[in-house]
Amino acid sequence: MSQAAAHAAPHAVEPAESPLTPESWGKLGMWIFLAGDAVGFGTLLAAYGGMRATSADWPNPGQQLGITLTALMTFLLICSSVTMVKALEWLGKGDRGKCKMFLFFTALGGAIFVSCQAYEWTHLIHRGLHIDGNPWGAALFGTTFFIITGFHGMHVTGGVIYLLSVIGVVSRRPDPAASYNVVEIVGLYWHFVDLVWIMVFTFMYLL
Amino acid sequence: MAGEHKHPNYMAIFWLLAVLTAVELSVVFLPFGKMINGTLLCALAVGKAAVVAMYFMHLKFETRTLGLIAITPLAIATLLVFVILPDAFFVDHKTATVKPAAEAPAKH
Repeated sequence: MSQAAAHAAPHAVEPAESPLTPESWGKLGMWIFLAGDAVGFGTLLAAYGGMRATSADWPNPGQQLGITLTALMTFLLICSSVTMVKALEWLGKGDRGKCKMFLFFTALGGAIFVSCQAYEWTHLIHRGLHIDGNPWGAALFGTTFFIITGFHGMHVTGGVIYLLSVIGVVSRRPDPAASYNVVEIVGLYWHFVDLVWIMVFTFMYLL
Repeated sequence: MAGEHKHPNYMAIFWLLAVLTAVELSVVFLPFGKMINGTLLCALAVGKAAVVAMYFMHLKFETRTLGLIAITPLAIATLLVFVILPDAFFVDHKTATVKPAAEAPAKH
């Protein structure tokens, strides 16, 4: 292969920069993944709305599920979104130490959120809410509750693992600029998890 | 640094989201009826989600095409609701004619 051809080869496969996200192809990939994931959550919530609208004996979520703990969980996720953007901001300023500290706080917020969810599930199961029935009305109330909050909880759990692995990436790369895209991409995922919870909280607990 | 966005005032956005969450919680107890309360809660949820997407996810500073990619799921979910609605009315009609089990005569 000639030297000119060797230089041209990578550009023949793909352009060096993504036209939509010049920072990295990974960022575009994350946005496309999140769009697909949002369709999944949107479908679940639309199905939930359809089932609830057709049910004659759907229990009152506010009374049966309680909103005090979930309101605190919502606040916790908002706080973790702030620590996430702070992590990116500090990395932009070249401070890897503060970036890692805020990434850790974000992961900690997610871990506390999942712990609260485990406590909530245990409490509700003890009160009789099961995936196939409950003492208060339509059986699908429990089915939809566990599937949607469980699907979201799995996302948070995955996000905590993802954040911890990104702390490792930031630690291994001495140049802060080399980790910027990685932290920005994990941030997109984390804020998406927060965004979805805002919708889940409203549709499943408040309405 | 390459690819770095300008950072908005994140603490102001945090307080905005916290206040909107408090407003949501108070709307639940308003005596306006399900329809008005539900509309208010949906509007607040969409508003909060938009703030997260625009400022925390930096969508405000991205290209318009990326915004279109992000908004597509919302359009699909909205479309899905309208697809489900006719079925919902049909099932509602059917269940309305079924007598509740509690009205069945007791066995002796």
